[in-house]
Amino acid sequence: MSEVKIFVPAPDRLPPSNTLGPIAWVRENLFGSIISSIATLLFFYLFFSYVPPFLEWALIKANWTGTDRSVCEANTAGACWTFINVRLEQILFGLYFASKPEELWRPTLIFVLFFALLLPLLFERTPGKKWLSIILLGVFPVVFYFIVYGGSFGIPQSNTTQWGGFLLTFALAFVGILLALPIGILLALGRRSEMPVIRSICVIYIEFWRGTPLITILFMASVMLPLFFPAGVEFDKVVRAMIGITMFQSAYTAEAVRGGLAAIPKGQAEAAMALGLGYWRRTVFITLPQALKISIPSIVNTFIALFKDTSLVSIIGLLDLLNMAQTAARSVEWKGYDIEGYLFAGFIYWAFCYGMSRYSQNLEQKLDTDRRN
Amino acid sequence: MTERTRIPLHRDPKVRAILVQVLAAVVVGYGFYSLFQTTVDNLVARGIQTGTSFFDEVAPFQIGFTPFFDYTLGESKYIDVFFVGIQNTILVAVLGIIAATLLGFFIGVIRLSPNWLVSRGALVYIEVFRNVPLLLQIMFWNFAIFLPTLPAPKNSIAMGAFYLNARGFHTPLPVIENTTGVAIWIALLTVLGIGLLMFARRAKVRFEETGQRLPVLWISLAVLIIGGYIFYLVSGSPLSFDEPVLGRFNFKGGGQLPLPLFSLWFALTLYTSAFIAENVRAGIQSVSHGQTEAAYALGLSRKNTVNLVTIPQALRVIIPPTISQYLNLTKNSSLAVAVGYEELVAVWAGITLNQTGQALVIIGMTVAVYECLSLLTSFVLNWYNKRIQLTER
Repeated sequence: MSEVKIFVPAPDRLPPSNTLGPIAWVRENLFGSIISSIATLLFFYLFFSYVPPFLEWALIKANWTGTDRSVCEANTAGACWTFINVRLEQILFGLYFASKPEELWRPTLIFVLFFALLLPLLFERTPGKKWLSIILLGVFPVVFYFIVYGGSFGIPQSNTTQWGGFLLTFALAFVGILLALPIGILLALGRRSEMPVIRSICVIYIEFWRGTPLITILFMASVMLPLFFPAGVEFDKVVRAMIGITMFQSAYTAEAVRGGLAAIPKGQAEAAMALGLGYWRRTVFITLPQALKISIPSIVNTFIALFKDTSLVSIIGLLDLLNMAQTAARSVEWKGYDIEGYLFAGFIYWAFCYGMSRYSQNLEQKLDTDRRN
Repeated sequence: MTERTRIPLHRDPKVRAILVQVLAAVVVGYGFYSLFQTTVDNLVARGIQTGTSFFDEVAPFQIGFTPFFDYTLGESKYIDVFFVGIQNTILVAVLGIIAATLLGFFIGVIRLSPNWLVSRGALVYIEVFRNVPLLLQIMFWNFAIFLPTLPAPKNSIAMGAFYLNARGFHTPLPVIENTTGVAIWIALLTVLGIGLLMFARRAKVRFEETGQRLPVLWISLAVLIIGGYIFYLVSGSPLSFDEPVLGRFNFKGGGQLPLPLFSLWFALTLYTSAFIAENVRAGIQSVSHGQTEAAYALGLSRKNTVNLVTIPQALRVIIPPTISQYLNLTKNSSLAVAVGYEELVAVWAGITLNQTGQALVIIGMTVAVYECLSLLTSFVLNWYNKRIQLTER
């Protein structure tokens, strides 16, 4: 019996290397056409002529340790992060807390508390999100006031004129968003109201603040606010800036919320009306919750803009993160290290704004698919 | 027959609406009235007479940069300061808008490039420049980069007749030598322009009748440049160029953009272009793929698809937010205060306010200027939105 020959197919040949794998990816994405190839080469040229020298300056040859400028003067090829290291407490917490090491726990505790409350909120599946947000928006500001401002419970009162650094930036932005949210919601409702007088008041308010640059508003707050109140009523500088920022921010928040309200189908309000709900119950229980959910991304976007804009208070003389970094870099001990100061402050702003914008983009995508289903 | 139950007045929605509105009007009106009254009282208590009489007083400070407006220390009045400020605001806004639009469209288009490196590079550019406060960027470029690294006037970086140094950017400036010559030249150019418009119309009619297309844009450009130059010679070369010349300390003659203006313009351009680039990207991506495929199916070439299908639809999405960015850029130019460029907020709401103490009038006028610009922007936006709505079916 002859041996049965079983057909054994030859193993599959691999697809040609120019359609799969890293080489194909490079061909398609980097050298897809003549223009693309030129662009790639140009990109590499620019990249290698700027990025490695920058990294070398900023990281490899940089000075990290030491306590005074002699270290940096000995090695001028690298960045002087020693400066940031020495002045870190000032740049983060301002002059008051930096000058009192025994009080440093106060701002530190506040930031730890803030992030402990905020981080779980960013994840979708955290239980009890509602309570966490209520604590963050309602209880946390009170804790902030008692711990950072002090003056009771045996905590010494801090001097607001010496507040500064990232702490001040944070306080301004947080107060801005916190107070602007309720005002903004009321304004948005007013702007959609059917009563012409209410509507025009809200429209004029919103358009007035949106049309004016924030710096003019801050000038107004610092120069004119004392004029608006009877003699004897005094606000300190930080409170004045907070009032100006709140006015400004509430107009932008109102527009964000209005966008959300406009996106809610009319049937929702009509159904609520048919059930016999009055205006306020209809708004608070039916339309507003849905509208706020949709408008979270745009509210976050206005918040990013506000966070960046708090830097303008340095023009009216408050020592916020930007101004603190600049002042530190212009002090006698560290004169000439402006670049390091700006880069450090810029990095902090960038990290927060980029983080928030990624978060809002994620949220937007999620909300978007929700509606399509 | 049932009698219609009468609704008590305080439950009637119409009556309530009127009551609420009257109440709101009274509260707001009274608030404004008392605010105004307290302010005037406070001003009087400080010995400041509110009014516009200080406009005609001579301003006791110098303004370094007044390109279109003569300003002399000791002669010019406070009201001149106001106009110089507006003019400098408009100047930096126009320069910024032009540069930011060009750069923003470029970055937005290469963000969608099939080349991975290029599109990632554009992404990094956008994310870096739009997430760092503008004020920080302005100060960074001015104080950390340009001031320390740009050379003194003696060693200026020369680009033809353009010079860049730590004092600013110097350019040649055209000077009118012969007024009638310029008038003749402008008249000839106008005739040329009308001729080209008629040519463009003819070309369009021809295209609609026969389907043959003329390269109108290129022909017009060539005619305009060559014809413009010939007419310039014909009218007797009526312009001369005032070139900047190095004096003992600084350049003299020509036009000068002082360093603060240069830094401000630079930072505004980078910052705003990142936002415009995002608008451009979103606009192009908003045109659905089906549109492009349908255009190909109809036999349109790639170039025609882009020009006739993608771009017109993308522009509808791109233009409205871009106009808002222009307004933002103009408002942001008020950050010039930080580097000392003499625009409206710096010289008027800053120096003049400090000198005269006329807070009410000065802040009011400053706000009014920006409110006018903002109203103008929303008119343009509404007009544009209405126009593109009409073309929709």
